[in-house]
Amino acid sequence: MTIASTTQLICFAVLAFTVVAGALGVVLLPNVVYAAFLLGGVFLSVAGLYLMLNASFVAAAQVLVYVGAVNVLILFAIMLVNKREDLSAIPGLALRRVLSGLVCGGLFALLIRVAFTTPWVPGPEPVGEEATIRIGEHLFSDYLLPFELASVLLLMAMIGAIVLARRDVFSEDIATGESVDQGLIEKARTPLLLDRSGR
Amino acid sequence: MDLSLSSGIPLQAFLVLAAVLFCTGVWGLINSRNAVRVLMSIELMLNAVNINLMAFSSYLDGQLIRGQVFAIFVITVAAAEAAVGLAILLSLYRNRDTVDMERFNLLRW
Repeated sequence: MTIASTTQLICFAVLAFTVVAGALGVVLLPNVVYAAFLLGGVFLSVAGLYLMLNASFVAAAQVLVYVGAVNVLILFAIMLVNKREDLSAIPGLALRRVLSGLVCGGLFALLIRVAFTTPWVPGPEPVGEEATIRIGEHLFSDYLLPFELASVLLLMAMIGAIVLARRDVFSEDIATGESVDQGLIEKARTPLLLDRSGR
Repeated sequence: MDLSLSSGIPLQAFLVLAAVLFCTGVWGLINSRNAVRVLMSIELMLNAVNINLMAFSSYLDGQLIRGQVFAIFVITVAAAEAAVGLAILLSLYRNRDTVDMERFNLLRW
């Protein structure tokens, strides 16, 4: 066992532990803000795992897109809907948790069995640092159509998100003609939501 | 059969890690009461799938690395999904004034 492989083993153990502990924290912690920050930690650790798998470009994309965009988006969503509400108790919650835990355990056992019984055929040596060049060649030759479709998809998602999250704000109340409070949105609603059906 | 290549880590280690992450995500998806946490669980599951793709790409497809290209597309779609999902969540919160998944039961039979 050389020093290099030992270092790799230690790195993998640390990253795997961070991923699993962070994922459990995301699911189990009662405070959703802590869960969001732990989710960022999970994303960063997964990027570290990508680096171990000779994929520097995808690791950079993971950090930029997931940590930089998705996680920040989730934090903003938490800030916009941060009403403290006491969740009403529902009957059979513990039973439901146990049952779903059993289902997930079964799924896990199935995945483990597949992973250890399939005779994986080792492939050629990985390209290593040339991976970015290969990805560029793929994206502009045999994966060109999905690449262009992805740009259309992103445009549609952007416009869709704007349309869904927007709300129509009138500067004055239609019925009374008084000016309307246009403060920040997610507070208790005064006459911002007007009935426009003509009544 | 030696799958560990030059590194000391077998392919199965990555697969087991991805399986743990995926099952955690599924459990959180089923059991979360907060809608934001449901979206976070979905992101966990997508990351588990990406780990699988990257591991296969490095261990079994080292020259063509189609798995990495696929992972990039998955990341793109995940970003679009997160944006639209959070926008839906916002407008749901405005209409129902809650983020409790148990109270989004308008379509319950």
